[in-house]
Amino acid sequence: MVSPAPNSENRSLFKRTKLFDARTTDAIFYWTTLGFAGLILVLVAWLGFQLYSSAAPSIAKFGPKFLTSSKWDPVEEIYGAWPYIYGTLVSSFLALLLAVPIGLGTAIYLAELAPKWMRTPLSFLVELLAAVPSVVYGLWGRLVLIPAILPLQGWLSEHAYKWPIVGPLFDGAPMGFSMMAGGLILAIMILPFITAVSREVIKAVPPMQREAAFGLGSTHWEAIRGPILRAARSGIIGAIILGLARALGETMAITMVIGNGNEASASLLAPANTLSSKLALEFAEASGDQLPALMYLALVLFGITIVVNGFARLMIWNMARQVKGSTRG
Amino acid sequence: MAVAQPSPSTVSSRVKPLPPISKSLMTRRKGANQLMWALCILSTALAIIPLLLVLYYVTIQGVKVLNLDFFTQVQKPMGEAGGGMKHAIFGTMMMVGIASCIGLPIGILGGIFLSEFGNNRLAFYVRFAADVLNGIPSIVIGVFVYAVAVLPVSKATNGNVSFSAWAGGLALGIMMIPTIMRTTEEIVKLVPSSLREGALALGDTRWHSTFKIVLGAAKGGVITGILLAIARVSGETAPLLFTALGNNFFNSDPKQPTASLPVTIYTFATSADDGWNALAWGGAFVLVAMILVLSIAARYATQSKQ
Repeated sequence: MVSPAPNSENRSLFKRTKLFDARTTDAIFYWTTLGFAGLILVLVAWLGFQLYSSAAPSIAKFGPKFLTSSKWDPVEEIYGAWPYIYGTLVSSFLALLLAVPIGLGTAIYLAELAPKWMRTPLSFLVELLAAVPSVVYGLWGRLVLIPAILPLQGWLSEHAYKWPIVGPLFDGAPMGFSMMAGGLILAIMILPFITAVSREVIKAVPPMQREAAFGLGSTHWEAIRGPILRAARSGIIGAIILGLARALGETMAITMVIGNGNEASASLLAPANTLSSKLALEFAEASGDQLPALMYLALVLFGITIVVNGFARLMIWNMARQVKGSTRG
Repeated sequence: MAVAQPSPSTVSSRVKPLPPISKSLMTRRKGANQLMWALCILSTALAIIPLLLVLYYVTIQGVKVLNLDFFTQVQKPMGEAGGGMKHAIFGTMMMVGIASCIGLPIGILGGIFLSEFGNNRLAFYVRFAADVLNGIPSIVIGVFVYAVAVLPVSKATNGNVSFSAWAGGLALGIMMIPTIMRTTEEIVKLVPSSLREGALALGDTRWHSTFKIVLGAAKGGVITGILLAIARVSGETAPLLFTALGNNFFNSDPKQPTASLPVTIYTFATSADDGWNALAWGGAFVLVAMILVLSIAARYATQSKQ
């Protein structure tokens, strides 16, 4: 007798036993993969909730004043996050100030101006920047960069503090470990992200735009400045915000060069701390009231990065929609 | 019916000729063009130089300390010459292993869910959550794992077990999930549906066809995702700072604090001891070399499948 062809009725999980038939195993498959996927939702929700509940004693004690007060004293059990929020914002802003022009220039060069044979190796090199771990940047920053910028800092501290508007930026003794070093290292670290995303966005502009500009007699720069950058604008803004998000969360390299200052100072030469570096430095030995306060810091950092990341996603999604629209028309 | 056509002579008499472009305007435009070219080349140089400097110093200073001792000995106390990073290298391997046991199943199965059944509301939220998880600073993840895997365990065991390699591995595993999930989803989506439908038409079950046929075709891409996730995670320091803490000695017990390459580099680099600083460069070289090898292997995995 010929055995019947296998179908969902008689195929089973175990060939000998008819433990589960195919319909059931497919259902198990669906629900198992769904379960594992849902685990991520659970994880993220749990993360947010756990941060909040661990920080709750501190939130109850200090409330929103935590965000603006400047005193962080574990002995007296008074905590304020402002110097660290300030440090995070200023170091990220400095990093963007340096990384955006350089990143955009590199992206334009890689996407438009570089000879074809150079594009892949150069892009590979820029992406290599992103693969180097943060702690290696910190090591290099501490042992190579800081000694290298000490002479510059010495000069600035001696001469620049008298300058009219920017004077206060260079106030104080040059110690090497400073906001300046932090901003520099951070700029190097977010550069590859801004460059890579901007490059993709510029490459995605339909060639028709470029050809049309050339057809009207523009120089290469005018073609870039006009149609190409205009079309790539929201994508580039998305890249910048993505770089910002990266800078906000960066921990190790910044901890190793920024000097553990606990005051919000206008001077770039002064040591400082960011939300993440403060956490890195104090968390391991924290006890008692200090722990909820540190959790509060983590919660603030968590909130800031979620908002900024969400913004970046929105901009990049917006850009994708625009490109689709323009190629249709 | 005759339509009046403008003859060339009438057109040219009605249209004013354009004035010739002024020479100074052209020079200005060309000058601006050259300037931008120069600035873009300068930017690219400024972007590449730090990378070259970092790689240069890591290689030169790192190779100086790489000898057999480096890989077979544990660190010596501050002030004593010599020593190595055996405990750190082993610790990293152990914790990446633990992390993979957590990150691989969730990432791959979740990615399969998103690509096979992924057109509904739940899938949208799952993708969104994966993006959020990817963007969370690694130190916040470390803080979370401290709150759920170190503190409670410490209270339950009366302080016997607190910082552990399990907790460190958990933190790293959580970080692996979004990368693997996204790569798996992308790659599985690329498998032509004819392959899938052919298997189903021959009477195969959903799960069998997915695992054997679709995943078989997507194998290279999935392995790429895994290798890239491992490369990224093995360089992470912050999530290990208060989960696995660190250890001056060799430790193979996952219930105890464990040294890892990044954390040891951090400790050595921030110390005042010259010997330890030198060892830090060596550790950095090993770490960067490891990540480079993994990344190249990842690229190779995708290419050989084509």
